[in-house]
Amino acid sequence: MSQDKSNITNSSFEQCIKCTICTVYCPVTAVNAAYPGPKQAGPDGERYRLKKPIFYDEALKYCLNCKRCEVVCPSNVKIGDIIQLARIKYSTSSPRLRDYILANTDLVGSLSTKMSKIVNSTLKHPDVKSILEATLAIDSHRDFPSYADEQFTEWYRREAQQEQESFRHSVTYFHGCYVNYNYPQLGRDLITLLNAVGYGVKLMEKERCCGVAKISNKLIKQATRDARRNLAEIRTAVARGEEVIATSSTCSFTMRDEYQHILGLDNSDVREKINLATRFIYRLIDSGEIKLAFRDDFKRRIAYHAPCHLEKLGWTIYSTSLLRMIPGLELVMLDSQCCGIAGTYGFKRENYRYSQAIGEPLFRQIKYSGVDAVATDCETCKWQIEMSAGVKVEHPISLLAEALDIEATRALNGVK
Amino acid sequence: MRYDTIIIGGGLSGLCCGISLARQGQQVAIVSAGQSALHFCSGSFELYGRCENPLEGIASLPKEHPYRKMGIELTASYAEQIKDIFEAAAVKCTGEATRNHYCLTPIGVIKPVWLTLNDYARFESPDRIPWRKVALVNFEGYLDFYPQFIASGLAKYGVKSDIHSLSLTAFDNLRESSTEMRATNIARIMTGEILEQIAAYLNSHAGDAEALFLPAAFGLFDDTAVAELRAMVSLPLFFIPTMPASVPGVRTQIQLKNYFQRIGGTYLLGDNVVSGEIENGRLKSVKTANHGNMTLSADNFVIASGSFFSHGLIASQESIREPIFGLDIYADRVREEWYDKDLYSHQAYMGYGVVTDNKFRCSIDGKCIENLYAAGSILAHQNALDEGTGGGVAITTALFVADEILRSR
Repeated sequence: MSQDKSNITNSSFEQCIKCTICTVYCPVTAVNAAYPGPKQAGPDGERYRLKKPIFYDEALKYCLNCKRCEVVCPSNVKIGDIIQLARIKYSTSSPRLRDYILANTDLVGSLSTKMSKIVNSTLKHPDVKSILEATLAIDSHRDFPSYADEQFTEWYRREAQQEQESFRHSVTYFHGCYVNYNYPQLGRDLITLLNAVGYGVKLMEKERCCGVAKISNKLIKQATRDARRNLAEIRTAVARGEEVIATSSTCSFTMRDEYQHILGLDNSDVREKINLATRFIYRLIDSGEIKLAFRDDFKRRIAYHAPCHLEKLGWTIYSTSLLRMIPGLELVMLDSQCCGIAGTYGFKRENYRYSQAIGEPLFRQIKYSGVDAVATDCETCKWQIEMSAGVKVEHPISLLAEALDIEATRALNGVK
Repeated sequence: MRYDTIIIGGGLSGLCCGISLARQGQQVAIVSAGQSALHFCSGSFELYGRCENPLEGIASLPKEHPYRKMGIELTASYAEQIKDIFEAAAVKCTGEATRNHYCLTPIGVIKPVWLTLNDYARFESPDRIPWRKVALVNFEGYLDFYPQFIASGLAKYGVKSDIHSLSLTAFDNLRESSTEMRATNIARIMTGEILEQIAAYLNSHAGDAEALFLPAAFGLFDDTAVAELRAMVSLPLFFIPTMPASVPGVRTQIQLKNYFQRIGGTYLLGDNVVSGEIENGRLKSVKTANHGNMTLSADNFVIASGSFFSHGLIASQESIREPIFGLDIYADRVREEWYDKDLYSHQAYMGYGVVTDNKFRCSIDGKCIENLYAAGSILAHQNALDEGTGGGVAITTALFVADEILRSR
């Protein structure tokens, strides 16, 4: 590339003033001394790598792409992007079978939902876990998310699709792999909530995984293919006059930022239309377009955990503001810190102990908080916290749906 | 999204202003583009470092100086008020606005300051250091602390030093990535058994030293580790600031931010204000990079976005500007006048910043923006290094602006 020849890159690493603030907040640096830290792995290392690729350090694989370095950087250096791009460009290690399996959420999800009973009970068995660790290096301590016996899209097309046309407004829902294969109830909760305020919920013709797992497992060609497909679907929705909302903060973040920064796809024409469910709903309430009414008998004490990618988006405030609107909900804010799982990262044997060490202060805080449940917008944070802190984790949208007085809300919004 | 006041900048000044407003019942949001210069804090704050009594010294500053705009009386009153805020936020420090004390810098200079965090080395006067001999203890492999410099600094005032290098197996892991053996990472492992090992070493190696000085690498989130270690050693123990990132600075930032959030403040980290909507001489709302078409509106706004380091001011080859609103600034027009090639001489650019009226309200093209105030190092006509006024201006102007906002209702 001509950029390499002229020794000028798009990255912002020249803006780094070597202040070391990123290293203070890197969750990996705090627990794993083999990781060179974001400053060294990012802007410092980049200067060397530009001269000679041999300076690439395989320890960059320990970066869990939480982007907390970017959130704290006073100089706007895209430290996380620099590290991810270096892994893609310079790493000589190839994805292994395990990485394909972990990253191909669509394929594995489709197969698993077809035989969910067998898959779920098998994956719980300690012997199976040991075999997975021995053959695939998937850590045996890890609990697998269980698969649903029916995909969300199948349910939607059978039960919900038809009536979605009857609403005044509509929005396109990017359900993501988790809702489709593991937890369709979240998708149903979103439809309940949005229908009650007069919004019909549409799905894409053919949604693909957002690609975050493929990006982090260096399956860039596949990720790019999926991303192009999703962008085409997003453009179709936007052309219909709809926004695209995701319930997963990571899906939303990936499509807004990683498509452009990591995969090099231009999404600038639709980026502003890729939204998060809680932000979409908050804005409708804030602008007075919709109103929510809540039940009197809802009483719960809930702690909110801010996922890293939601912090990077800067949108935690929307989810917590919505939760604060529920009269019977007492909200406890947990310290903003990484839970350690980072998608497929924490499933890998070589990362498991770091993953748990990173999350330890969070797990401790949750255990002492005396809450009924934790709320968060990220599915892998949910798996990590449920497994490691022993507390049920729910999505803000599900809590809103649970607390909602559906009839009263419909009446408020003129929905029959 | 709507707030009573929105503050741009989440460092010392922005946080002090936000805390003061939130304590008086306002709904406040702080938008912070990354972490602040507090991460370079030395453990001390200066009010005015050029004479013994800062409040008296302030009178000799030029009349455009932020202190002079507030007046000595108000400056003194805000210098007193901050103690209450710091105490409520669990930032424990001591000092008096009427008399500087002295701290030790990372390179062994003894310097007059206003407030010092309680666990840091401090003296009433360099000529009256209460110890004849001290033990300076570094950690083996730790590169951001220079006991020799400190020893020669102390020697100028007749204090002898023994230098020790403490080696612990617990550091082996940290030393694996040599660049990552920083004060903040060391502080993370300073708990329980490791503190006991250090205390045992200090107690057996102190010899005839009368005090122990260690690098400030204890207590990243609170001062528990500091109290535990002090309780286990027999001699008085003090910390000396290290090269950044600064453990006391990170701790102070976290404590102030947590307190601000505890009293109802909203802290939006990692976001940049990109533009504002001004109508009839008032700022109505701002847009940020993260919030896009969701504007943030408020009755009043404070710009505490810092100086050049924090990009509150931007210098290009041709000009110096305030990048968000294009506020009126004071700066020399000709680039050659911005700086002196001798690094240690007076540097004019350090006095550049936004110009304001006597209430610290900003202007654009000479027209006052009635509800946009500036606080901290973005203000013009202060030269923090020359004067020794950095922390003091950040704190007192922040509290002044908070009161102005409350009065404006």
